[in-house]
Amino acid sequence: MTADRSLVHIAIHVAVISALGYYLPAFTTPFTGSVPITAQTLGIMLAGVMLGPVRGALAVLLFLLIVALGMPLLSGGRGGIGVFFLPSVGFLVGFPVAAFVCGLVMQALKRRPVFPSVLVASMVGGILALYPFGILGISLVAGKPLWESAVGALVFLPGDILKCFGTALVASAIERGRPDAIFSRQ
Amino acid sequence: MISSYLPGRTFLHRIGAGWKLLALLLVSMVLLPVDSPLVLAAVLACALGLLASLGSGAGTVLRSLKPVAFVVVFILALHGLFGTLEAGVIVALRLASLLLLATLITLTTRLDDMLDTLTPVLRPVALVGLSERRLALAIALAIRFTPMLVDVTRQLNEAYRARSGRNGHVKLVAPLCLHALNAADHIAEALAARGGVDGCPPESTDGEEDKVRR
Repeated sequence: MTADRSLVHIAIHVAVISALGYYLPAFTTPFTGSVPITAQTLGIMLAGVMLGPVRGALAVLLFLLIVALGMPLLSGGRGGIGVFFLPSVGFLVGFPVAAFVCGLVMQALKRRPVFPSVLVASMVGGILALYPFGILGISLVAGKPLWESAVGALVFLPGDILKCFGTALVASAIERGRPDAIFSRQ
Repeated sequence: MISSYLPGRTFLHRIGAGWKLLALLLVSMVLLPVDSPLVLAAVLACALGLLASLGSGAGTVLRSLKPVAFVVVFILALHGLFGTLEAGVIVALRLASLLLLATLITLTTRLDDMLDTLTPVLRPVALVGLSERRLALAIALAIRFTPMLVDVTRQLNEAYRARSGRNGHVKLVAPLCLHALNAADHIAEALAARGGVDGCPPESTDGEEDKVRR
């Protein structure tokens, strides 16, 4: 893939992440101290799964940069430097890492069928790698002890497991429609 | 969010892109910890005043904000049902003001100006081997693609509803991605046809014009 094509695909994945935020708006629960439940993590995992570790992480970093510039692209129309002072900051910081890990696992499972590979990749990247960042963020910003933040973060777990299945379904659909576009498998 | 630039010579058009982005950055920072509905309503009123300053273009802006307005109403309803209405009003007001301001900026700033403004800001990334021009272009592309994809999602949902009578929800993500990938390929081709990202350097050095580029 040429550098230019890679750049365009990174940019379009940023737009997919943003569009997902518009499509399913954020929902805040009282348990999690204003950390919203969003469909955007699906986009984050998808970026890693589709683009591979480096490009996936770059796409997520680009997304966060645009959000910091003030564009209201985070789900619920949030944006600006201010979002990095909210309890959800840990998840934001963890997003590029999550995409990177998703991409790494996808590359490691290159020879396996798409659906199970993506399911494993998104669970390892989008849950195992992401949650420690998120929990630490809630704990630091909301001033709660770590275990309490961890229990609070459990609220996201059912939704995130569903999102992992969603990511796997979407990736298999893309594999049928555009098998050439899963760059993590090339 | 909207896809196209609104041509005109109004007050907002004349302010430099850098100042507008800086103002949005400051407003978003200041607004986030604000919990007073009165202050937020005042900010929204100011944003509406700026909208009115566009004159006849204001209608176009409002029409383009219609899908976003549903999101605001939905969040308001969600808070009204499961929390307090006051919290919902605060969130909705904050959301509406920031969305309106950001839309006004994207509408009254040409993509070229946005790119030119971002390029010097992003100069430090050259240290890690990424040219600031590439990064600025990626940002500009992502900002332009977003409203396009939101629109595609809306159309996909309408088509789905016409077939099934229900909203598409998660079923729309895969077709959305396929649309996005096709669009990415078209844009990559268009970019290649114009000499690629580095095809037309802003300041071309002597003799470099004669070299054949990739």
